[in-house]
Amino acid sequence: MKNLCEKYAGKLIRQGLCAEGEPLIAGLDAELIWNREDDRNAELAKVFDGLSINSLVCARPAEPYATIIDFLAERYGDVIRPEDTETRTFLHDIRITHEFSANAIINALSKRKAVIIPGQGIVSYGTVSPEQGFVFYSSTIFACFVLFFSDYMTAARRGELDDHYRETFKTVVGQLAEPKTTLPDLIHGPLDNEDEVLAAMAVAGRAVVEYGLVDSFFGNISYRLNDTVYISQTGSSLDELEGCIDPCRMDGSTTHGLTASSELSAHEDVYRRTDDLCILHGHPKFSVIMSMDCPKKNCENRGQCHIKCTECRTVEGIPIVPGEVGTGPTGLCNTLPPAVATSGVAIVHGHGLFTSGKVDFNGAFKRLLETENMCRKLYFERLAELTG
Amino acid sequence: MSDTLFGWTGKVLHIDLTTHEMAAQYPARALYKKYIGGKGLAGYYLRPYCTCETPDPDLPLLIFTGPLCGTAAPTSGRSVIMSRSPLTGAICDSSVGGKLATMLKRAGWDGLIITGKAATPCAIEISDDDIRIRETDLWGNTCDMVFDKLGDAASIATIGPAAQNGTRIASIAVDRYHAAGRGGLGRVMAEKNLKYISVKGTGKIRVHDEAALKKAREEIKRLTAASPVLLGQHGFANYGTGAMYDLMDSRRMMPTDNFRQTRFSDAPKLNASAYKAAYKPHSHGCEGCHIRCKKVAEDGRSIPEFETMSHFTALIGNSDMDLVMKANDICGRYGLDPISAASTLACYREITGEDFTVGSLIKALHIIADGGFLGKGSLDFAQSCRKPELSMSVKGMELPAYDPRGAYGMALAYALSTRGGCHQRAYPISHEILRKPVATDRFSFSGKARIVKISEDQNAVVDSLTACKFTFLAASLEEYAKAFTAVTGIPTTAQRLLEAGERINYNERIMNSLNGFEGCDDDLPPRFFTEHGTSGGGVEIKPLDRDEFLKARANYYAVRGLDDDGRPTEETTRRLGLELDSGAVQ
Repeated sequence: MKNLCEKYAGKLIRQGLCAEGEPLIAGLDAELIWNREDDRNAELAKVFDGLSINSLVCARPAEPYATIIDFLAERYGDVIRPEDTETRTFLHDIRITHEFSANAIINALSKRKAVIIPGQGIVSYGTVSPEQGFVFYSSTIFACFVLFFSDYMTAARRGELDDHYRETFKTVVGQLAEPKTTLPDLIHGPLDNEDEVLAAMAVAGRAVVEYGLVDSFFGNISYRLNDTVYISQTGSSLDELEGCIDPCRMDGSTTHGLTASSELSAHEDVYRRTDDLCILHGHPKFSVIMSMDCPKKNCENRGQCHIKCTECRTVEGIPIVPGEVGTGPTGLCNTLPPAVATSGVAIVHGHGLFTSGKVDFNGAFKRLLETENMCRKLYFERLAELTG
Repeated sequence: MSDTLFGWTGKVLHIDLTTHEMAAQYPARALYKKYIGGKGLAGYYLRPYCTCETPDPDLPLLIFTGPLCGTAAPTSGRSVIMSRSPLTGAICDSSVGGKLATMLKRAGWDGLIITGKAATPCAIEISDDDIRIRETDLWGNTCDMVFDKLGDAASIATIGPAAQNGTRIASIAVDRYHAAGRGGLGRVMAEKNLKYISVKGTGKIRVHDEAALKKAREEIKRLTAASPVLLGQHGFANYGTGAMYDLMDSRRMMPTDNFRQTRFSDAPKLNASAYKAAYKPHSHGCEGCHIRCKKVAEDGRSIPEFETMSHFTALIGNSDMDLVMKANDICGRYGLDPISAASTLACYREITGEDFTVGSLIKALHIIADGGFLGKGSLDFAQSCRKPELSMSVKGMELPAYDPRGAYGMALAYALSTRGGCHQRAYPISHEILRKPVATDRFSFSGKARIVKISEDQNAVVDSLTACKFTFLAASLEEYAKAFTAVTGIPTTAQRLLEAGERINYNERIMNSLNGFEGCDDDLPPRFFTEHGTSGGGVEIKPLDRDEFLKARANYYAVRGLDDDGRPTEETTRRLGLELDSGAVQ
């Protein structure tokens, strides 16, 4: 348990979500174990008395995330309701409490997976592993980041920006890391056997995480070798894919895909429609933000854009499609494959970016990174047009 | 709670088959809040009679529904059948699908308490408030014959010849394709001379807030759509639970040759895809379920569930898929638990050294169904051969198709399950194999004690609501708490529900303690601590470390608030608001 607590504390730091020495992570079996000593541990330990959980994560995010969550908490009051897919599907909404006490945290976490305490940070929990707390923590930051920039654009479009938002926005933008433009040198194809495919997927997955093109453990990656799709397992971390890739036969002769990514159907459909050999899926933030930016007024589908949008929307020619995670009549398995088959790249509304490639992952990664950088550039250009 | 009762009907029907008396009981609202329904309420009503032996007319057979049953809450149409097990002597509850719970609820009843013993074979027929006990000439009929004769208008729960012949691994078949399979509950029904129960209900369940329920339903369905194991293209909706077969093979934890090996060489040609190609099944589901994991072959026979697929192949050394279909069909028609039946045959095979042929396997199944020497389960048979260690069971109930050497949380959960060798109490396969909610290290006991305890509490809630545990491979109590509040009008949270789950489990521990169960019963067959499984493919299947297992079990006792020998304590009993019983509490 101690190892797990330390592992996810390290990941929070490496992914730039927290400063060095900041994360507090506890795990409980018969005894409570912390990744490090801290004055807050005694109060946080009481949370385990009031909740049936086995792990807890508590940390103040690194900048600009800390500024963002504090700003949103002040603006929204008791609950934040982002409209990105991760929130809609898994978090539902994000609760806020203003008191750093066990009782306040228990009260909030008895209803939701994570809670924001302004000035203090985010607290989240797990029932089987500290990994859950890490995921909820990371997802909360992602959702808040997307909401902060989306709200700003919307307010600018409506002429409703106030000074406080402007100042905070300026601070946040000033703290954004410069976009990466140098491409990694991923394993080159052709990839002729399973070992080469697995190695190439692991390297490409790590690069997606290192370039900040995916949050927490979401996103997925696949490669087609003959009639087998090798795809990352559901809930796998793209930077830890060794042993977490399922070989799924396209002829339906096995069910090894039972633990495969929920997007297996979409990936397979892309392969059936094209001669592409690989797919990358990440959640780059500005691609998600731009997918949700729509100037249309009085749309009857407002609030249901992620499943009902009928417009032929694009970002600089890149298609934006509706669709929920996984299968079902409103699943992205119905909307994404034709778009990727046509363009080699598509954004799912409020969700993330899919790119495909021939031969190896270098081309797909290039599209992923360039699309995100283009969306980031476009965001600020569009904002400049609105704000003069 | 408001004056009007939402969700629950507020009535429980007590039927005494000895006197033919029937009485409606009106549980206090506090009781509903304390035990929820389903498994929780059934356990509450079992407690005063939990030491009764199977033939004792006072031993109740309990059939309970939950507050969500009959509403739009997804996958909530299950019922729980509970009594004391004739096989193990421990408590035994079984979550069963079909439309039994929905019909019972619509007839106006939250549950049935059946006691007494009819003088002659009888049936209970319920049609809303019209309840009749009538003699039946169907005694001796196989389950399929009962379903054929009674039709589909009402929900039917029936026993087959196996129960009537005294088999301790007899099931209760429900609505043709479903069963309360484990622990010999069919035998309890047979002791009461009760052949079948038919229920038809036409009422509606009152829901407090339809809009909030719709929202909760959307959240739950969104999560199930995102679940590879449920609605994914290789998931249960497409292949049934047999989709697990390839996974268990690749993880090298398929129990083979009575758990002597963990890999079966013929497994790749006996997987769910092979059944789909050979038998062209269509989907069938429980009432109120959108996942529809049950698969029915073109010829009307059930496609075996995963455990049956695995145990009737790898466990007994059979590579004939059609023989699995035949064995499953016999178990269904005669009313046998296929897990215990196959495991008993595997025990027989190891002890005698005799491999099965098509003829000998079918003959052996008939011996079990006829109440012959294998009909009392593997432990009885192994003991009669003075080799009790070759019964692959816990507390006398045979283990399902997940080898515990390949999933240490599963090992712990098997040992600690209150009804014996059962995978569903904590279902660590969820995180150890299926990666939900996240993956855990399957070859480690670290942290598993508390995980097992929390999972047991969650699943006790699920079986009390009464929802389907499979759904919780995607959704969580967070979403179902919203559905509960929407239906009942009672504000709650996942954590509050878990408190009820803890109480429900502890109540079962108390009942088992009253029947003499203690720490030595929370254990696995010795084979798992001394023999290797089948290593390979980069995976080593080692024997379980005995000391680590015992440490994890001790941790569980501490987390659960039991004493060092796994018995209930007065302190925890009081904390959970349970009745003290000097015979059980230390």
